[in-house]
Amino acid sequence: MEDKNQGSDPKKTKSITRRSFLRGAGLSTAGSVLLTTNTFALDYKEQLAAGKEFGPEAMTIKMKVNGITESLSVEPRTTLASALRDHLELTGTKIVCDRGSCSACTVYLDGKPVNSCMMSVFDVGDKEITTIEGIAQNGKLHPVQEAFIEHDATQCGYCTPGMVMSCVHLLDTNTDINLEDVKKATRGNLCRCGTHPHVFKATLSASKKTT
Amino acid sequence: MNKFSWYEAKSVEDALQQVNSTVSEELYQHTNKATVFKSGGIDVFDWVKEGLLQPEKIVNIRNIPGLDKISYDQKKGLSIGSNVTLEEIASNPEIKNNYLALHQAVNHASTPQLRNISTLGGNIAQHNRCWYFRSVDHQCRRKGGDRCFARHSETGENENHAIIDNSSCVSVHASSISTALMAFNASVVIINSEGEKKIVSMDDFFVSPAKDIGMENILTAKELITEIILPAPSKNSRSAYIKEVARESYDWSLADVAVVVEVSGNTCRKASIVLGAAAPVPYRSLEAQQAIENKIINNDNAVAAAKAAMAIAKPLAKNGYKVPMFTSIIEQAILQTT
Ligand SMILES: Cc1cc2nc3c(=O)[nH]c(=O)nc-3n(C[C@H](O)[C@H](O)[C@H](O)COP(=O)(O)OP(=O)(O)OC[C@H]3O[C@@H](n4cnc5c(N)ncnc54)[C@H](O)[C@@H]3O)c2cc1C
Ligand code: FES
Ligand code: FES
Repeated sequence: MEDKNQGSDPKKTKSITRRSFLRGAGLSTAGSVLLTTNTFALDYKEQLAAGKEFGPEAMTIKMKVNGITESLSVEPRTTLASALRDHLELTGTKIVCDRGSCSACTVYLDGKPVNSCMMSVFDVGDKEITTIEGIAQNGKLHPVQEAFIEHDATQCGYCTPGMVMSCVHLLDTNTDINLEDVKKATRGNLCRCGTHPHVFKATLSASKKTT
Repeated sequence: MNKFSWYEAKSVEDALQQVNSTVSEELYQHTNKATVFKSGGIDVFDWVKEGLLQPEKIVNIRNIPGLDKISYDQKKGLSIGSNVTLEEIASNPEIKNNYLALHQAVNHASTPQLRNISTLGGNIAQHNRCWYFRSVDHQCRRKGGDRCFARHSETGENENHAIIDNSSCVSVHASSISTALMAFNASVVIINSEGEKKIVSMDDFFVSPAKDIGMENILTAKELITEIILPAPSKNSRSAYIKEVARESYDWSLADVAVVVEVSGNTCRKASIVLGAAAPVPYRSLEAQQAIENKIINNDNAVAAAKAAMAIAKPLAKNGYKVPMFTSIIEQAILQTT
């Protein structure tokens, strides 16, 4: 797949992008705000049970991302990673291998880490997406993010958002962690710069601070 | 990816009305008119991204109600719905307690992220990872071509390939979970578009390329896997699973083995020993089973069984290392059951 931005025209539906909206509203993170840029957007939840066909052309669907219901025009071949980056301008999520092999594109689907590059945006349905942009709260970095800075756990930074997502999820689900747990949680996260030892230290130190 | 439409199936019958091809058939025939199933979609999207599969329509079977249950009964055994995710299997305590080798195999398969998406039905029906099969530049026999690029004694990059039953296509099956399922004598429950149900043993589910190069398993277009069932383990049964990979973090199997034994005292009464990444389909080693049955499980007998398993191996130019690797893990897995 040479063109990662394929599968519909991101510009079509966006009269307001999330970025410009947030900028305009003067917020660093927004709570639960409903963007009604397209009143004809399909509520995917209602469509799920129906035995219906979608596409191949683009259509407008709704998707809940970091607590905000977004409308976006996508095709079935639009991956979740592309929807986030190219349609919603949430470029914190990185696409590196685009084949499920590196976990740079990790986001949460109803709280569970998944590879956004290997899913269609139509796989999301009424589930909630959390991206790296949704990890900091009220402008304050998550303890894992702070520890990454403190322990120099990032170099080129391409794997970092995915790494952080894996480590935050570990701390969210396990309050008493050891080195083996961190290794297990980041098993799928490849780092070509070799930051792993610092990622392990950072996560262990963040875990002490959150408990 | 090519443009395709998406059908959200509401039931098994509904899905079977829509579909017109298996992925294997389409990879062989290239009609570009195929309507295929997608469950987790990890493998389907991989093929579409490579441009090797250009479906007209994808039928999403992932949200069909009723296919996502795990149920265990001491007498009836275990049933895992085809849409159950690998992570749900990995974290199920009854599976860990009663089918340890399956628990271990699932825990060693792919990454935490992928396990949250991949389903068991999709895992056993996934397609082999031979790099020539997955390359647009190589028209190999599985894609309707006339050659197996991997088997060539000088140019073939065959370090990951088969050492047993490798006279036709030399790829190995990618599902390391199937190694454990087969060792537990699992069966696949399949429903067709007429509503007929059949139960096929894992031993008969996979199709060797020597028999039919265009198929990897017995599924035809109008068939859907609904569940995978495992008989109840007998009281005196024990199991173990070992997988060798190139990287410590996660990787596809270079060699894996599942051993399920029934013992009385230290003696092995019955053995079920399956090798993964050894042959084009998961390989039940009757040689190893016969060598260990009715013997005391000790070092010497485990070594003898491992050697018996490997006596039939015919490595290719670059995968000779698999023979000592299998010999070692078969021996270790047998000993781990004591
Ligand atoms: C980087 C990487 C590493 C991996 N490592 C491992 C590993 O070590 N061990 C391992 O076992 N796996 C491994 N996998 C496989 C992975 O975990 C998935 O199980 C697999 O790719 C397919 O599962 P899926 O549910 O996404 O299937 P899909 O992609 O949805 O489907 C796969 C095939 O099955 C068919 N299908 C799906 N469901 C049904 C059904 N119910 N009835 C009939 N046909 C059906 C589809 O049409 C398709 O042909 C790995 C994958 C990747 C990308
Ligand atoms: S970009 Fe998705 S796993 Fe590598
Ligand atoms: S910091 Fe460069 S890939 Fe990890």
